[in-house]
Amino acid sequence: MEKNNLYKYIIRLADNALILGQRLSENCSKGPFLEEDLAQTNIALDYIGRAQVLFNYAAKLNNNNQTEDDLAYRRDEIDYLNFLLVEQANQDFAYIIARQFYYSAFDCLLYNELTKSKDETLASIAKKSIKESNYHLTHTIDWVIRLGNGTDESKHRLQNAIDALWTYTGEMFEQDEIDLNLSKNNIAPNALDFKANWLNTISTTLKNATLKLPENSFMMFGGRNGKHTENLGHILSEMQYLQRAYPNATW
Amino acid sequence: MSTNNNQLEVWEVFIQSKSGLPHIHVGSVHASDIKMAMQNARDIYTRRGEGTSIWVVPTLSISASNPLDNEMLFDPSNDKIYRMPTFYVMPEGAQNI
Repeated sequence: MEKNNLYKYIIRLADNALILGQRLSENCSKGPFLEEDLAQTNIALDYIGRAQVLFNYAAKLNNNNQTEDDLAYRRDEIDYLNFLLVEQANQDFAYIIARQFYYSAFDCLLYNELTKSKDETLASIAKKSIKESNYHLTHTIDWVIRLGNGTDESKHRLQNAIDALWTYTGEMFEQDEIDLNLSKNNIAPNALDFKANWLNTISTTLKNATLKLPENSFMMFGGRNGKHTENLGHILSEMQYLQRAYPNATW
Repeated sequence: MSTNNNQLEVWEVFIQSKSGLPHIHVGSVHASDIKMAMQNARDIYTRRGEGTSIWVVPTLSISASNPLDNEMLFDPSNDKIYRMPTFYVMPEGAQNI
């Protein structure tokens, strides 16, 4: 049971990294200018690297001959346990920044707590990841402030994206029996413990960006339990194409 | 900057590969301020462990010699062999001079 909880928790972490990494990689070569294109692609690669080590660990925990690639590329939509937030489409640059802003502010707090995990593998993965997370957040906050204080157009677009994605932020703090069990055993934190911190980062940054904190309190849930928006199917059909068309293909 | 230039300003990037070594020019980046220039330099030039320190300098702050002055500036040094270390005989046992 204990092991099952940890397995599912690791899959959730890995799926967030994989799906967000895949989303960001879609934007490769489409960035607003060369430097930012590379910056976004770097972030995508950080997440895909993180997903790889997490899936590797999950596969070991499961002990049924599954590999990290099986977990990444051969599951069905309902088996993916990522937040709805990270699968949302790259509508425009403002959406990419808003999604990253909400997620990275959470990711930094989460991985900082995970560095203290009693599970040594998870703690060591977190120690490596937190450095990347901190950079992602710094880079993204700079963009939020730039776009918010930029032109009418940039401000308007970012406010739009901030408002549209807000409804997916509640899920990051949803805690079920898996989370509660792991936090009781000091393996993972209770996300509610750092929700105030997250909200503080978000509201301070939005204030500096002269943007409004959304007031809508309706939150969407489901991703963590495999119930996704239509966006995930589109990601998977592209991401899994190679493994589906040429099973067991290798380089 | 002219209003139809949407490429942002240009910054020159210098990377130090190891502490103690000089910062070496590696290229340039576009950025609207020093903070963005530093991040862009990091993302473009230090992705594969190339550096331990980054300098970014606005390109406009760099004064370059005029190629038309090349004769005046550089030719006089070519005919003074005694300025070359190779002019001297290496003392026996010296590894470097």
